Amino acid sequence: MIDSKKNINTFSSPSGRSGGTFDVSKIRMDFPILSRKVNGKPLIYFDNAATAQKPKQVIDAIVKYYSEQNANIHRGVHALSQEVTSVYENARATIQKHINAKHPHEIIFTSGTTESINLVASGFEKLFVNAGDEIILSEMEHHSNILPWQMLCEEKNVKLKVIPINEKGELQIEEFKKLLSSKTKLVAITHVSNTLGTINPIKEIISIVRNSPLLRRGEGGEAAVLIDGAQAIPHLNVDVQKLDADFYCFSGHKVYGPTGVGILYGKEEWLRKLPNYRVGGGTIKTVSFKKTEYADLPLRFEAGTPHIEGGIGLANAIDYINEIGLENISTYEHELMEYAAEQLSAIDGLRIIGTAKEKASVISFVIDGIHPLDMGVLLDAQGIAVRTGHHCTQPLVAHYKIPGTIRASFSFYNTKEEIDIFLSAITKSIQRLRK
Amino acid sequence: MTEEKTIENTEQELVEEFAVFEDTFDKFGYLIDLGKNLKPMEESLKIENRLIKGCQAQVWLYSELKDGKVFFKADADADYAKGLAAMMIHVLSGHTPDEIINAPLGFIEKIGFQQMLSMKRAGGLASIIKQMKLDALVYKTKI
Repeated sequence: MIDSKKNINTFSSPSGRSGGTFDVSKIRMDFPILSRKVNGKPLIYFDNAATAQKPKQVIDAIVKYYSEQNANIHRGVHALSQEVTSVYENARATIQKHINAKHPHEIIFTSGTTESINLVASGFEKLFVNAGDEIILSEMEHHSNILPWQMLCEEKNVKLKVIPINEKGELQIEEFKKLLSSKTKLVAITHVSNTLGTINPIKEIISIVRNSPLLRRGEGGEAAVLIDGAQAIPHLNVDVQKLDADFYCFSGHKVYGPTGVGILYGKEEWLRKLPNYRVGGGTIKTVSFKKTEYADLPLRFEAGTPHIEGGIGLANAIDYINEIGLENISTYEHELMEYAAEQLSAIDGLRIIGTAKEKASVISFVIDGIHPLDMGVLLDAQGIAVRTGHHCTQPLVAHYKIPGTIRASFSFYNTKEEIDIFLSAITKSIQRLRK
Repeated sequence: MTEEKTIENTEQELVEEFAVFEDTFDKFGYLIDLGKNLKPMEESLKIENRLIKGCQAQVWLYSELKDGKVFFKADADADYAKGLAAMMIHVLSGHTPDEIINAPLGFIEKIGFQQMLSMKRAGGLASIIKQMKLDALVYKTKI
């Protein structure tokens, strides 16, 4: 069990915060990369859904780790090892608190959302599914939340069912209800669509699963719900207990932390049931050639020396956004998105893909007669980073019968002025491409 | 394609043409124009096994051997990818398989397009060059 203590690695709080709102120009000073130029133009970074930039508080925490604290954790008796073990485990506690998990040991450090999902899928394949069972996903899933389940289904002759979306890019909840059956073993859904920005009604979905008479199979037989939270965690307050999610996965780098680290939250009872995933140093109590006794949660799932600075950096990123306040962040980002959507809609031939009522700050669009790649290249030439293509959601893009989209995803460090430059750059690019 | 012109001559010409543009936007604009000026490719030649599948754009590349020289045609669904194909056709088309296989293509770095070789941008330059050189290799065995 891990004590919940204050992180040792805390740095100055974000300077922009003042009385419930924040000063964007001050916040931008926390992000060194935002002052650089790209192709001779000031960088405008609208690819936040791919990865977020890092505040100096996170960068400094990583530098501090390597400059002052580096040691291997969990086993050393020396001072450095003990100190950094404490920092690392406090990082776990920070994340536990942030998503309101019941226990720190329900927080498993992984390499990212992808590994978190693969860990659960691997366990389900080994222990919980049999031929004829069913797994439900949605049409808007990222490939990372399709492929592990598809592979499992092929291996074990399990049926994959898909919740359709409507033209706005919202899940069709009534159709979802029809997909549930006594064979349903798992429902895996994204909290926020990385391509459309749609915020899915996760609480309602989980409640439908819990209350379905078809799925009441008694102790140990219930269907699990896994939420891919990669795109939600930078924008929304997530309370895994209120949601009643069995598993919740996210990546550090999308929430202003380092790459290569992520989280699998699992309810204790599920994590205890899941078989080992990868084993090795750190996952054991005792080893002999006859029998090995494995460690308790969470270490049973954390084989090898972990991404120590990743975990520490992630906790500092969480502290950073909490200093600003997720309410403030989502209000401001929503404002940016609404502003951009309104202006974009006025461009002739431009169509926004994904117009759900509940949206995070992601806007995908297409422009008549212009390939998304061409627009991406010309925007990049003007210093603007957007993402173009299928965004690892090929089934979703196929639904709209388009080759891909141009996606702008905003963070709290972006500004309306940047959006104005973005709009002019789009117009200039359209003129160049139609010349 | 001028018969006497070497691959290096064409490369040097391209380097000089692109050097006119200081701004990356204009440089890409010129590349896109190269694509727009590319001789159209017959629809019948756009077959599955001549498609260079990429992550974001689709490029069709056709080649034929005439009098010991390889001639290429291309099309793409994105102007940028078509521009890259047009640039490479301009440099390599009309040369012998050996000349194509051995061309070091140093002009790409001189223009400032080296990042396009490592990028997974589809219809990426690396895939186009690889396919052109593979075609040349096949023709070499037939001569």
